[in-house]
Amino acid sequence: MATRSPATSWQTATVVGIHRETDRAKTFRLRLERPTLHVAGQHFVIRLTAPDGYTAMRSFSVASAPDGTPELEFTVERLDEGEVSTFLNDVVEPGDELELRGPIGGWFVWEGTTPALLLGGGSGVVPLMAMLRLARRTGRSDLVRAIFSVRSPADLYYAAELPGPETTVVFTREASPATTRSPGRLTKEDIPVRSAAGATAYVCGSTGFTNTATDLLMGAGWGAQDIRVERFGPTGTC
Amino acid sequence: MSKFTRGFTGRLHRERDVRLPPGQYDTGSNWPVLTAEPTPRLDTAQWWFGVEGLVEQPTRWSWDEIHALPQSTYEGDIHCVTSWSKLGMTFTGVSVDTVLAIAKPLPSAAFVLAISHTGYTTNLPLADVTNGRAWIVWDVDGQRLPVDQGGPARLLVPHLYFWKSAKWIASLRLLEHDESGFWERNGYHDRGDPWLEQRYQGD
Repeated sequence: MATRSPATSWQTATVVGIHRETDRAKTFRLRLERPTLHVAGQHFVIRLTAPDGYTAMRSFSVASAPDGTPELEFTVERLDEGEVSTFLNDVVEPGDELELRGPIGGWFVWEGTTPALLLGGGSGVVPLMAMLRLARRTGRSDLVRAIFSVRSPADLYYAAELPGPETTVVFTREASPATTRSPGRLTKEDIPVRSAAGATAYVCGSTGFTNTATDLLMGAGWGAQDIRVERFGPTGTC
Repeated sequence: MSKFTRGFTGRLHRERDVRLPPGQYDTGSNWPVLTAEPTPRLDTAQWWFGVEGLVEQPTRWSWDEIHALPQSTYEGDIHCVTSWSKLGMTFTGVSVDTVLAIAKPLPSAAFVLAISHTGYTTNLPLADVTNGRAWIVWDVDGQRLPVDQGGPARLLVPHLYFWKSAKWIASLRLLEHDESGFWERNGYHDRGDPWLEQRYQGD
């Protein structure tokens, strides 16, 4: 069990880069005023404040692995009803300042030293990307298997960076010409059996995705205690 | 006071509902699901709920036995630490006062560790689950509590952030000292009062 993380306070970060991932999502690179070391899988809270003092805040998973810089990346899907996600996607520009607080979370985290299966659906790939990036940065890709499930190639985040021997992308509606698997939801053929002792499965996505994925994992010999889940609904992380 | 964010007016939420604690928004008809573990399938034929620890009479109830106790309803709001609130909900079950009256807490009992059938835990002062402020519930808005929302039965402590309302509740263990639960060991506040914004350790 991870230890209690210290209390964190609000700080200001400057947007130093914005990259469009898909039609509905952008990655924001933020430089923190007070650099902080995060663990892959953790999240931050971003707070917006209006001139009359009204505030809105939401949690966002870090997409980047700790890299020794005072910068962090967040990938934010634009949800039509999402007050914060629409603002970030539609209004924020490089040079803007945002308030944030973190890192938060001591459960859905991977330290980079134990075998891990990463199962992500849609925008649920974001905290898993931090884990995959950590594995690659530290030369421990052998510890990781990553399976990312998205509707179509146009919905895939980090498309250029993802391919690698440890990574499989599953398309549910429309496959890329480069794949041989027919489009369709995750099935038991997509799930590796739990072979390594001490392996943990990290599952992140919608409720439907995480329920399907955990059922498949348990069918493939994974125990409930080997599975960590992070879920979000349409408004849970907007 | 926080800094203004360039270009942000918050126009979607001009009329702020007085039932919303600071930093919370109204999720409307949505009820987001946030859990950390696989959803368990608990059969009500094997289900049980118990009160244990510092009590005169450790007690377990089956599904039928707990339904035979006097029922109690909560009508009001719930607040998740991830900043959504859901207003005007109705939960039905049994008051924690009712099960404690049967188990009879010892004078030394001051805290509660709520334990789920999954192993999830959360800690509360005993005073936060007594005097009509906590329930074991199995119906929400007239329907069976969905399994993703903690069915067949969950703890409901609506005056605290909702992670305190342990899903798939198995037992309340009465203790002399406070013992941090799952999220409390992972950075979240020990009490979690939404009106004081006690979200994380140190708030």
